[in-house]
Amino acid sequence: MARVEVRKTHKLYIGGAFPRSESGRTYEAVDSKGEFLANMAKASRKDARDAVVAARKAFGGWSTRTPYNRGQVIYRIAEVMEGRREQFIDDLRASEGVTEKKAATYVDAAIDRVVWYAGWADKYVQVLGNANAVSGPFFNLSTPEPTGVVAVVAPAGPLLGLVSVIAPAIATGNTVVVIASEKYPVPAVTLSEVMAASDVPGGVVNILTGSAAEIAPWLASHMDVNALDLAGVDDAKLAAELEVASAENLKRVLRAPAAEVDWLAEPSLARLEALIETKTVWHPIGV
Amino acid sequence: MAAKKKTFEYAPALESRAIVDIKSSYGLFINGEFVDGKGGSFKSISPSSEEVLAEITEATASDVDLAVKAARKAYETVWSKLPGSERAKYLYRIARIMAERSREFAVLESLDNGKPIKESRDVDLPLVSQWFFYYAGWADKLGYAGLGPDPKALGVAGQVIPWNFPIMMLAWKIAPALAAGNTVVLKPAETTPLTALLFAEVCQQADLPPGVVNIITGAGATGEALVTHPDVDKVAFTGSTAVGKAIARSVAGTNKKVTLELGGKAANIVFDDAPLDQAIEGIVGGIFFNQGHVCCAGSRLLVQENIYDDVLERLKRRMSTLRLGDPLDKNTDIGAINSAEQLARIKELSDIGDAEGAERWSAPCEIPDSGFWFPPTIFTGVTQAHRIAREEIFGPVLSVLTFRTPSEAVEKANNTPYGLSAGVWTEKGSRILSMANQLRAGVVWANTFNKFDPSSPFGGYKESGYGREGGKHGLAAYLKGAV
Repeated sequence: MARVEVRKTHKLYIGGAFPRSESGRTYEAVDSKGEFLANMAKASRKDARDAVVAARKAFGGWSTRTPYNRGQVIYRIAEVMEGRREQFIDDLRASEGVTEKKAATYVDAAIDRVVWYAGWADKYVQVLGNANAVSGPFFNLSTPEPTGVVAVVAPAGPLLGLVSVIAPAIATGNTVVVIASEKYPVPAVTLSEVMAASDVPGGVVNILTGSAAEIAPWLASHMDVNALDLAGVDDAKLAAELEVASAENLKRVLRAPAAEVDWLAEPSLARLEALIETKTVWHPIGV
Repeated sequence: MAAKKKTFEYAPALESRAIVDIKSSYGLFINGEFVDGKGGSFKSISPSSEEVLAEITEATASDVDLAVKAARKAYETVWSKLPGSERAKYLYRIARIMAERSREFAVLESLDNGKPIKESRDVDLPLVSQWFFYYAGWADKLGYAGLGPDPKALGVAGQVIPWNFPIMMLAWKIAPALAAGNTVVLKPAETTPLTALLFAEVCQQADLPPGVVNIITGAGATGEALVTHPDVDKVAFTGSTAVGKAIARSVAGTNKKVTLELGGKAANIVFDDAPLDQAIEGIVGGIFFNQGHVCCAGSRLLVQENIYDDVLERLKRRMSTLRLGDPLDKNTDIGAINSAEQLARIKELSDIGDAEGAERWSAPCEIPDSGFWFPPTIFTGVTQAHRIAREEIFGPVLSVLTFRTPSEAVEKANNTPYGLSAGVWTEKGSRILSMANQLRAGVVWANTFNKFDPSSPFGGYKESGYGREGGKHGLAAYLKGAV
């Protein structure tokens, strides 16, 4: 007799835990042929707010870890992803219906992307900060620092796009609330299991599944969110509305991409740069 | 019987205004020439005497359109084609002309703005010249700014600047924009347009190609027409947080790049081991410099509790020596409040301070009969809940609070939606660095305050706006690719 498979319940990832949506709602994720894949938790406004609270709580600890340690933790994500490589490939094939080879290309690129950003954690300060040659007897340094809590609408590319927006945000010491691709949510849930199993402190990465159009406005207008990344918003009207809402507390906004992004290409520093502040410290020189 | 204490009086030392030729009326500077606008006019007055200085043109939306068209044409036909090394020479020329004519500008600035001549002469104008000189050198070195090998200009920049540092803010905006290869339409504040209009003559003297810099005058509606103009690629604004938010909303869904330099409510934190003489000077300079019309002013003094009485006594003694009066008198420390409207706002918030139970003390100053004046004032017994501790007053009003531990100081300092600047006074180096790390502010001055330099990035966290001005960070704001 054939063995009955143990199916997985797909849940949200908030503050290092896996709750169901407080709204009790789910939606169906389907494969490329429209066949049922899984019931996904459909995050509500309350879930989004809980995720912001978790991200804020985690910010102090995460942002003050040594850059070396943050780099190690992010590298550890790549290690755990590597161990689940086959699962990610299966997820991608099921979600998108792509060939095994293509799925492997994207999964490998996603793992390598995390490694790339891990290395930035202790270097971006050197590259984006500087000592300033002021005209006077002053010691004067400009140092980049994380912006705070970043809300991200993840792009539809199921895994590579997702890690390409999470990794730069946390490499610089921000904490994130991510709305996973509505259409391809399954790899995002697997990624949240990776986060839980690696050394990322609870609350640093929070992943919500559900409708971006429904949840994102609450994050855009949330007064305790400092930045908004619209990488996955392809509706120009929604993007503009989210920008308007963000103006309420002058969130930093990474705009929706004007053209389709080639996530396989090596990224620039733009995503790191968009989510930092520059602090300039002056002190007189004298005896 | 003890001898009566004698002090020497200061004789007035008035700077002559003969060096400035103020026209009775001004048009708009578009495409290298002064032209009549289509709108009405308004008066620019001297806030220290309420004397009408000149009639200023109110640019309409169609005037704004003409200015943007001139800037676009100059960008496409001349400025974007010019090698950086040639752009640099124009900027060097401007830097030199501003130095040559600095006394003229300083006098005009003090007349139009009300700030003491010693500040316009010794702070604003030297920085203006330096700002152009600094960015001139970047024009042919953009590939070395760390923004990629071949950074490209954005196009036309629409810039709106405030009335507190009219010519300095003009330099902060125009110098990096031109160095990066953009052309500019700039709108000065309606109460202080005169030095910007005089700057138009400097552009002519420098033979800057027509349309590279355009200056349009007017109030909020003119500024709105500029920042919402569809052919403006970059918006740079310095001013109130409320207007900054409106601009952020108005550019939503466009490709315009935006930098906002907005309000602040900076904490100036004094520890018990601080060098108190310097700290008192720093507190006074931090809030009373430029009549407190400074977005990064240290308007919340946080004093460690055990030295509170000592600091207060020294502070009041020092404040009693501040001389308020004619901005053109070289002895003047405190000039006029920029406008009747601003004076009303300062009075309103100060009255709210009284009503909420804080205790007001003002330096004993003789207030002139005409013009807009407010004496240097401190409020004690202030808590974090008081509106005077939360809202930006933008005037010579200091709120004094206390703290016991460094962590309490950090918590109180960061308890604001703003995050522009902060000050720390202590002799202990490790404490300075620890405080600097924890303060959520774009500029932290330790054992000094209100220092500026073109090589040094300036700008805020949180609701104090986004982007940085100064340094190579200030270039990024005017180039593609870089955020």
